[in-house]
Amino acid sequence: MKFKFIEEKIFDLLMILSTFAVFGFCASIIWTILKTGFGPLTWEMITSLPGGGFYLGKEGGILNAIAGSLMIVLSSAFLGLIISIPIVFYINVYRKRSSRLSYFTRLSFDVLFGIPSIVYGAFAFTIMIFFGLKTSLLGGIIVITLLIIPIFVRSMDEVAKSVSKDLLDATYSLGATRLESCKVVLRQIAPGIATATLLSVGRAIGDAAGVLFTAGFTDNIPTSLDQPAATLPLSVFFQLSSPIPEVRERAYAAALLLTIIVLLLSLTGRILTSRFSKNRIK
Amino acid sequence: MKREQQLFLFQRILKDRAANTVMKILTFISLLTLVIMGGGLLYKSSAILSARGVWDLITGTEWSPLSGQFGFWPFILSSIYVTILAVLIGVPISLLAALYLTENAKAWVKKAVFPVLDILAGIPSVVYGLWGTLIIVPWIADRFAPHFVEYSSGYTLLAGGIVLSVMIIPLLVSLFVEMFLTIPSDLKDASASLGATRWQTSRLVVIRKASPGIIAAIVLSVSKAFGETLAVLMVCGNMVGIPHSLFDSAYPLSALIANNYGEMLSLPMYESALMFAALIMFVIIFVFNVIARTVLQRVEKKFKL
Repeated sequence: MKFKFIEEKIFDLLMILSTFAVFGFCASIIWTILKTGFGPLTWEMITSLPGGGFYLGKEGGILNAIAGSLMIVLSSAFLGLIISIPIVFYINVYRKRSSRLSYFTRLSFDVLFGIPSIVYGAFAFTIMIFFGLKTSLLGGIIVITLLIIPIFVRSMDEVAKSVSKDLLDATYSLGATRLESCKVVLRQIAPGIATATLLSVGRAIGDAAGVLFTAGFTDNIPTSLDQPAATLPLSVFFQLSSPIPEVRERAYAAALLLTIIVLLLSLTGRILTSRFSKNRIK
Repeated sequence: MKREQQLFLFQRILKDRAANTVMKILTFISLLTLVIMGGGLLYKSSAILSARGVWDLITGTEWSPLSGQFGFWPFILSSIYVTILAVLIGVPISLLAALYLTENAKAWVKKAVFPVLDILAGIPSVVYGLWGTLIIVPWIADRFAPHFVEYSSGYTLLAGGIVLSVMIIPLLVSLFVEMFLTIPSDLKDASASLGATRWQTSRLVVIRKASPGIIAAIVLSVSKAFGETLAVLMVCGNMVGIPHSLFDSAYPLSALIANNYGEMLSLPMYESALMFAALIMFVIIFVFNVIARTVLQRVEKKFKL
């Protein structure tokens, strides 16, 4: 047999093995999280605050972390949307998509997207010191908002770019101002925005390095912006470093919970995209 | 025109102008974020920079904050090693998988693989870390390392590399697949008609044609791996020192920052030193990203005919 056919066979095999490896990694991660986390995950864990001696393996739950994560992520998503939607419209409707400003804005958001969350955390920490803030819910919200805006802008821009120029021209020819055209575009990209929001929220809720510096950790649910807030990823991280097996098991359970939340968000995002893209004008 | 109509028109135009101003301000502020970020980190690290000098800090190998010694070389080297390892493991797997998906795979495999990539991309860093400590670290300590060294705790450079490689695979595969799909099938047909096997076509036509994009994707994944924090923090061992083999513990820059955030305010220069670490990461990732994105945009433009 010729060499090239042997080569072909070998690489065919390698390709299949590689694809299999991708499936395998995913299965291994999911299986590990399920196997270790499913047992210790109880209703009590989700609905109660850490009791006395929680970190020694006594009773209690991680409601503090769940509540903290939700508060931070929901506020950040809200703030992020308010800031990023106008930016997306500005570079897609008000400015020509191909203009230099749009190009630079895109490039800088691409770069911001690539900046790791630990650097965001360090940067936000310096801002907080500058303004005399301590680690708090507010600090967490600031850093997650900074982190979430590039994700929002990039994914919404992807959707907004696909709105055809003819549609914009049609609105202008009817005498609409650019702001009114934005409303038309908004209708078109609404499902895209919903998906982008869910996916970004999923990313933000799993992020730990950013809030490590800024949100702190506490056993209580924060009642005001200047109190520290616990977060789920950090709860996993801290409990995992404990030498006590019961505490580590709770880390596994918290990790499972976190994974479920993230995957649910991404699944809902996918369903939204396929369900609500009917009204799109291509 | 009636007065009311005129008023209405005036209002609409006013709203449009106002929106324009608000959006413009928001966009410019967001453009400034990068500058402010770089500037802020530079300002914060200026104390240690003026005391030690950039070169000394970067090439110094001594790290003992208590006596004021800040040498970043072990950390920088750890970061670089872990990243290179992740790329060495992740890129071949992703490249072959992406080729399989675009050239050979059956429809159901394609359908099944994208949700899997979605899941892999969505799993939080801390969960990867957990998986690493439960699966990869014991595997290295009990199965893999004993073939090569007498003892290894498992919390090693290799563990960091493997976990990171799995984390960059979804990014790489989806970018590669996207790029391979832009290669015109005429080219592949021409190659096949000359008697090339599928692999020869892939190697000599598809990969070669997509090479700028491939390189850009790798650069992007490098910057992702370089900045990853919690997962590497959990599996790398974090002992200060230059790693000499795969089975040595490593201590990347990101782990350094994350591990010491609590105590950094208590020692002189410590905060400044950690901010310098963040600045190093910022600069490296900034440069890498700008290069990769510019190349990717060129590629995108070229194929959008």
